[in-house]
Amino acid sequence: MAGNAWRSTVSRIMGAVKSQTQPRTFSRGMQTVTIIPGDGIGPEISTSVIKIFEAAKVPIQWEERNVTAIKGPGGKWMIPPEAKESMDKSKIGLKGPLKTPIAAGHPSMNLLLRKTFDLYANVRPCVSIEGYKTPYTDVDLVTIRENTEGEYSGIEHVIVDGVVQSIKLITEEASRRIAEYAFEYARNNQRNSVTAVHKANIMRMSDGLFLRKCREVAENFKDVKFTEMYLDTVCLNMVQDPTQFDVLVMPNLYGDILSDLCAGLIGGLGVTPSGNIGANGVAIFESVHGTAPDIAGMDLANPTALLLSAVMMLRHMGLHGHAKKIETACFDTIRDKKVLTKDLGGNSKCSEFTAEICRRVQDLD
Amino acid sequence: MSAARSVLSLSKILQPWTGLKGSTVSVMRPVMCTRREKSSYTPPPAKYGGRHTVTLIPGDGIGPELLNHAQELFRFCCVPVDFEVVNVDSSLTSEDEINNAVTAIRRNGVALKGNIETNHNLPPSHKSRNNLLRTSLDLYANVMHCQTLPGVQTRHKDIDIIIIRENTEGEYSSLEHENVPGVVESLKIITRVNSLRIAEYAFRQAREKGRRRVTAVHKANIMKLGDGLFLQCCKEVAAGYPDITFDNMIVDNTTMQLVSKPQQFDVMVMPNLYGNVVSNVCAGLVGGPGLVPGANYGKDYAVFETATRNTGKSIANKNIANPTATLLASCLMLDHLGLHDYASMIRKAILRTLSETRLHTADLGGQGTTSEVVQSIMKEVQKGGPLTSEKI
Repeated sequence: MAGNAWRSTVSRIMGAVKSQTQPRTFSRGMQTVTIIPGDGIGPEISTSVIKIFEAAKVPIQWEERNVTAIKGPGGKWMIPPEAKESMDKSKIGLKGPLKTPIAAGHPSMNLLLRKTFDLYANVRPCVSIEGYKTPYTDVDLVTIRENTEGEYSGIEHVIVDGVVQSIKLITEEASRRIAEYAFEYARNNQRNSVTAVHKANIMRMSDGLFLRKCREVAENFKDVKFTEMYLDTVCLNMVQDPTQFDVLVMPNLYGDILSDLCAGLIGGLGVTPSGNIGANGVAIFESVHGTAPDIAGMDLANPTALLLSAVMMLRHMGLHGHAKKIETACFDTIRDKKVLTKDLGGNSKCSEFTAEICRRVQDLD
Repeated sequence: MSAARSVLSLSKILQPWTGLKGSTVSVMRPVMCTRREKSSYTPPPAKYGGRHTVTLIPGDGIGPELLNHAQELFRFCCVPVDFEVVNVDSSLTSEDEINNAVTAIRRNGVALKGNIETNHNLPPSHKSRNNLLRTSLDLYANVMHCQTLPGVQTRHKDIDIIIIRENTEGEYSSLEHENVPGVVESLKIITRVNSLRIAEYAFRQAREKGRRRVTAVHKANIMKLGDGLFLQCCKEVAAGYPDITFDNMIVDNTTMQLVSKPQQFDVMVMPNLYGNVVSNVCAGLVGGPGLVPGANYGKDYAVFETATRNTGKSIANKNIANPTATLLASCLMLDHLGLHDYASMIRKAILRTLSETRLHTADLGGQGTTSEVVQSIMKEVQKGGPLTSEKI
């Protein structure tokens, strides 16, 4: 246990040093990105994204890897070493949906990836998509969720028969790290304010600690406005007027609920991008929807979520021009409503949708 | 007659201990009470001379002014309810005041309250007063009925959801400690007894109100033991109600479904924290915190308040707060006391002000002040004609 703590401290310090060199700008050379197609509709939407990137002439070289868990030496479940090696080298990953195994004996793949690369921040920008009508318009907010501890620490005990205790863990270190990431994100992306979401009136010590750390970090970022709001007030105001929110930072459980709430505001998980930032400069961008096994292999899937996550990845890498081009092409296609997949309200195939976006990307050149 | 009345009052005093001294009490109850014993409704003890006594806790922020309006309205309508006002000062660190309030509620059985602010900058030993009240009185069920109200503009229509939230344990157990400096642990407790109790309450309510479906909201894929136990208890209780469909949904999916298709939900039951999130989302969907009343029920006591429990500090004393939630909560209280005619009279007047007169406060996009709305409600009550003694 101590060894792990030591190793994670070292990696965190190294990460802090390395993060100062982000984002990387490769003007001529090709940068390698590890792509994990995933299960179900994963492979088809990954192919779509690769095709669109080719059409946009993005200087990226893809390295495809599989992350089905294998049992390592000592009986601990881990991701295949080739996958880990590739990620460590390239530092950037794009992941499709992964099947969560039931009774396979090993934990979910997402959890394994999170633990392996210490992916501490989950970032989900929620922007209303013109052309995909929802009752909410003009949504433009970002939820930043602490991804390693909090209520999802997985520490549960049966105290006596019929009484269960789950432990919610909040540490100073993790709270400070996520707060710093949130403020840096706000600064780098020209966002005006950061709101800490908490329930410190009930969970005095745990959320109180989280809040204190946020306040401390806010002192170093005077150019970004800092506010704090109770979780229930945020939920209440979010469904009435989501335009009042900008960047939201919060512990694990609240982040889970709020990020899915915000995804629902803009149209669901099929159009929401998501990125996971880890220590050591690792970043994995993913689509958060399921594997949709009922439509897998039938060319009916909607690649928008994975595509928008890939666009987020391009911005993270500093390739803003390409990101803008692909994003505009995607939004224009959806706005035109001529070629849309079934879940967006049309009846085109995935390949037709992809081809349309590729065409627009090439036209924009 | 006097002997019977003294036995009646004795049985009322012994009522809180019915569980322990069950057999003794039933022996002492006179014949005329057996009808009451058969129904599930337990009348509140503080009723003398046909008038009920109810504890009133003004709270902070908009609480005092709105509860004043409620008292005014009751006086105007000649409702046979007397209020025993107990002030709880949120800035004091001693717990004497809240303990006095708890004693008053134990005495009267029913309370109407505003929200008491919790200053979270004070040390952790200063616990939330609202939470203390709920746990001391064991008000285990928080019930909130969210319906689209006529005359209120919302993005979604035809919402009719009853949310039943476990009110005493879960994440709100206030058990926290710092083992190592910089590492805080907060305990979430889920017990079989409380989970069965709330599930039983939910299914019973669903049956009484003629509802078809109960959905349990949880996160058992991550908190396998805790929420897993809750879900299992719900499933066990559901087996005893074959006429009601039971399904379950993970909390993040629930919030997503609520903002896109809220009409699919009927009755929802869940642990404490998810209840907080879901009830606030639903309140926002039907028009905001100023419209929805909430009720906290225990085995022996009931406390009524606004569903989203806001103090509304920023709009306090400006005469712009929406009194609808507080007044509808007082109607729920009247229903609980058995004064159904008064309750429906006031409720009709409130809904008519909302939909026909369209007098809205600022939170609904109108320009009305709180007093104007209350005056309008009183006018509507007057229009309805006097409640004659045959109707009561």
